[in-house]
Amino acid sequence: MTTTAAIEIAGLTKSYGDHAVLRGVDLNVAPGTIVALLGSNGAGKTTVVKILSTLLEPDGGSAAVNGHDVAVAPARVRESISLTGQFTAVDEILTGRENLVLVARLRHVQDPRGIAEDLLTQFGLGDAAGRRVATYSGGMRRRLDVAMSLIGHPPVLFLDEPTTGLDPQSRMEVWDTVRRLAGQGTTVLLTTQYLDEAEQLADRIAILHEGRIIAEGTIAELRQLFPPPTVEYVEKQPALEDIFLAIVGHAGTETQRTGS
Amino acid sequence: MNTFLPDTAVLLQRSLRHILRSPDTIITTAVTPIAMLLLFVYVFGSAIHAGSGRYVDYLLPGILLITVASGIAYTAFRLHTDVSGGIFERFRSMPIARSAVLWGHVLTSLVANLISLALVVLVAVGMGFRSHAGVLAWLAVLGILVLFTLALTWLAIIPGLTAKSVDGVSGFSYPLLFLPFISSAFVPTAGMPGPVRWFAEHQPVTPIVDTLRNLYADRPVGNTGWIALGWCAGLLLLAYALAVSTYRRRFA
Repeated sequence: MTTTAAIEIAGLTKSYGDHAVLRGVDLNVAPGTIVALLGSNGAGKTTVVKILSTLLEPDGGSAAVNGHDVAVAPARVRESISLTGQFTAVDEILTGRENLVLVARLRHVQDPRGIAEDLLTQFGLGDAAGRRVATYSGGMRRRLDVAMSLIGHPPVLFLDEPTTGLDPQSRMEVWDTVRRLAGQGTTVLLTTQYLDEAEQLADRIAILHEGRIIAEGTIAELRQLFPPPTVEYVEKQPALEDIFLAIVGHAGTETQRTGS
Repeated sequence: MNTFLPDTAVLLQRSLRHILRSPDTIITTAVTPIAMLLLFVYVFGSAIHAGSGRYVDYLLPGILLITVASGIAYTAFRLHTDVSGGIFERFRSMPIARSAVLWGHVLTSLVANLISLALVVLVAVGMGFRSHAGVLAWLAVLGILVLFTLALTWLAIIPGLTAKSVDGVSGFSYPLLFLPFISSAFVPTAGMPGPVRWFAEHQPVTPIVDTLRNLYADRPVGNTGWIALGWCAGLLLLAYALAVSTYRRRFA
């Protein structure tokens, strides 16, 4: 387990001034799995992701991605990962196609244009490819954002609250993408504050609370730990979504895609 | 495998495309200095005694420095936009040379400022500015302007990285716009009262302006040239060191 883990975190600590955000986080993620890091706002999810993607140095403990220690070999870590941050990281002034070509060239991959075209098709952005991203809807931006993260096929993907602020349709599009990636062997660490998102996507769920992982396991394992009322709350959200989607129907999806 | 040069080239191309799509940033940069040029030559010029030559010849170097000072506000703004959006983090989490992220902006600033400077010089030529300087002297003028632009650009990187709001980004350049007024840029320092004159003669704008003026008037540059060069190089090194340490501190 220790030699094969895609992500290995042990005793990770981080404080901002007097405020201890991470108080000893331990987590192992097996290759090719989707793990959801679940926690409320301010629980430290983003801090964990930033440390793993070498944007932030931890105070203590260790973290390794794809076998490379973030403190010792940050450059090797960056070669192994892609980050889709909490805020969509796209260039508003460039077109969708130009954004993808930009990242492909920075990743030094062969045939940046060909890769851009493939991803545009794959993410349903073909029609908008030549338009400036500033004109995109929130869902289109997020899809472009995720598409940009897939260039160069990094084995480990960090998705920091990938569906926050998205409407249900866009949200499910992102979910489909994440599932497809995991099917292709990509390891995904996903942070979310949505219980249904974790339930829908993740093989395993880790709950981050007050700077520590207080529970970790499959949804079935976690269900046994929690009192029934919580489970009921988890069950409710998809039901409301079903109603919403049934009412809005397919026409809503079309409106969303063309951007309003 | 060092990817600094190709990565910087890609990022330079990206920001240049930004400028191409909003050429108003270059025009706005040039508008204030051009307005000053017109105002001082055609309104105040007749009341200003600055040697025997045409006043536009006397005034141009100071206006060129003001052009750079207003141009770098956009450098800070462009960097601030990247930092406050997510794209800066994306770049920093990618396997690219980390310094390329800043150098892309620095070189873009250089290109944008040189275009603005060319615009201002063209207007000055239209207003009667003439030079008999040779190629070497003009290369020296270009060299000093490039050094000065790089120094102010690295200075602009600091608010670009740290500012909390767009207002904070642009605010830092106002003092820079004001410095030329207390120098030999508009009037000779000889007529200023003691302490003001002392300040004017010991701040960087005066030797830089005097050197530029002597270069394109084809006069010997003398010691002032070295002082100007020293100021530019010193400011550049200082600004670079401050910007890099700000970057390290903020994004360790």
